[in-house]
Amino acid sequence: MTTLYTADHEWLAVDGDVVTVGITNYAQEQLGDIVFVELPKIGRQLKKAEAAAVVESVKAASDVYAPITGEVVEVNDAVTGEPALINSDADSKAWLFKLRIADKSELDGLMDAAAYQAHTA
Amino acid sequence: MPAPDAAPLPLKQTPLHALHLARGGKMVPFAGYDMPVQYAAGVLKEHLHTRASAGLFDVSHMGQIALRPKSGKVEDAARALERLVPQDIVAVAPGRQRYAQFTNADGGILDDLMVANFGDHLFLVVNAACKAEDEALLRAQLSDSCVIEPLADRALIALQGPKAAAVLARHCADAEAMRFMDAGPRKVMGLDCFVSRSGYTGEDGFEISVPAADAEKLASALLADDAVAPIGLGARDSLRLEAGLCLYGHDIDTTTTPVEADLVWSIQKSRRSGGARAGGFPGADNILAHIDGGAPRKRVGLKPEGRAPVRDGAQLFADMSSSEPLGSVTSGSFGPSINGPIAMGYLPAANAAIGGTVFAEVRGQRLPLRISNLPFVPHSYKR
Repeated sequence: MTTLYTADHEWLAVDGDVVTVGITNYAQEQLGDIVFVELPKIGRQLKKAEAAAVVESVKAASDVYAPITGEVVEVNDAVTGEPALINSDADSKAWLFKLRIADKSELDGLMDAAAYQAHTA
Repeated sequence: MPAPDAAPLPLKQTPLHALHLARGGKMVPFAGYDMPVQYAAGVLKEHLHTRASAGLFDVSHMGQIALRPKSGKVEDAARALERLVPQDIVAVAPGRQRYAQFTNADGGILDDLMVANFGDHLFLVVNAACKAEDEALLRAQLSDSCVIEPLADRALIALQGPKAAAVLARHCADAEAMRFMDAGPRKVMGLDCFVSRSGYTGEDGFEISVPAADAEKLASALLADDAVAPIGLGARDSLRLEAGLCLYGHDIDTTTTPVEADLVWSIQKSRRSGGARAGGFPGADNILAHIDGGAPRKRVGLKPEGRAPVRDGAQLFADMSSSEPLGSVTSGSFGPSINGPIAMGYLPAANAAIGGTVFAEVRGQRLPLRISNLPFVPHSYKR
């Protein structure tokens, strides 16, 4: 399984034709205490760069964009029930949604871990 | 998520800037200053700490102004200031403070402020974003009878929360003896401070004006107490929203009268119709008409029924389908002590009954909100 990153601070774990999407630890640090999460409906067709989810801190609401085009096949109800999970485990348990990849070539433009680390340095 | 914006202009710094950096403050631009929005603990913990113990806030960006009567009689400064605000300033006794608003010719609010009687002059605390305009207004309107002296060489520190009085008492002999809205010169750690028992959190607490050169010494001494944590602007905002207090530029501005803003309590009878000094302030016709005949709209508390925060700017509707908004949200956030979303906004008087339901449009959906009494968290002032 490969993990890729967007410039908008999302991570994507690629497993066959499905990607799991979350926000990075860097992103949760920037946002602060997360108090509300809204996830897309299962079955929704998302276009790359479309607003897919919302994470809200005390201060502000932030959109999470679809990193690639695809259909929502699963969402993580654990984070809507406990938004603070994003602060404690952004990189793993607090994944947001899974997409069935429409076009694998869209993965080509994304960053690997080293490139993302440089991006946030 | 978009990257944080870079600051376009050089930002001013308060005398506590180095202390904020040393304590891990996350700095953001606010009203032209580089200010801490939070520290390492984060907004939620900082908010709850203030309600449970004591929080220290740097509010040095706010404007501090001495209004000195040329006659030497403080009542002359009070009478002069009454030309600009709908409050009874003459009745503010020496050592006391009162909440006020500068109004415009339409009865809108130019700024809200605190006015204290220091015996021989008045001491004003105004909002950071308005202080240049406020000073210009005072100079233009009151220079005939008063000297307007901005106290730019002073910092302002707020100490708020149930343990604030006990903490300050270790450094200031009569802190415990002060009541809510008492204000005046006091020695704190031997420093020449102005202390008021007031604040912007709904908690008991103090605001301490201190010479800029001594600000870090005082803040460090207060922070050395285990009960005290530094609190950023993020928690300052959530605390004041839970307390139902207005933020200038959001809940009140040049288009809202004090009556619409539900601040009638701050306009004493002497300045109302039939009072000893009725009217005589900018926009009096409109403001007194709103008091006597009712204002067309009103600031209300709003409690979203779900978990989603409803933010500043969200439009409010009577039902799920109407196309004409009734009003809008002026402050909206998550209340850490409430453990849920809270908001304030304006509604037509006919739609503003407590307990009623309105709908806010959020990301294309209409979410129900209950019209609620303010404050959301009861004030615990020591009266």
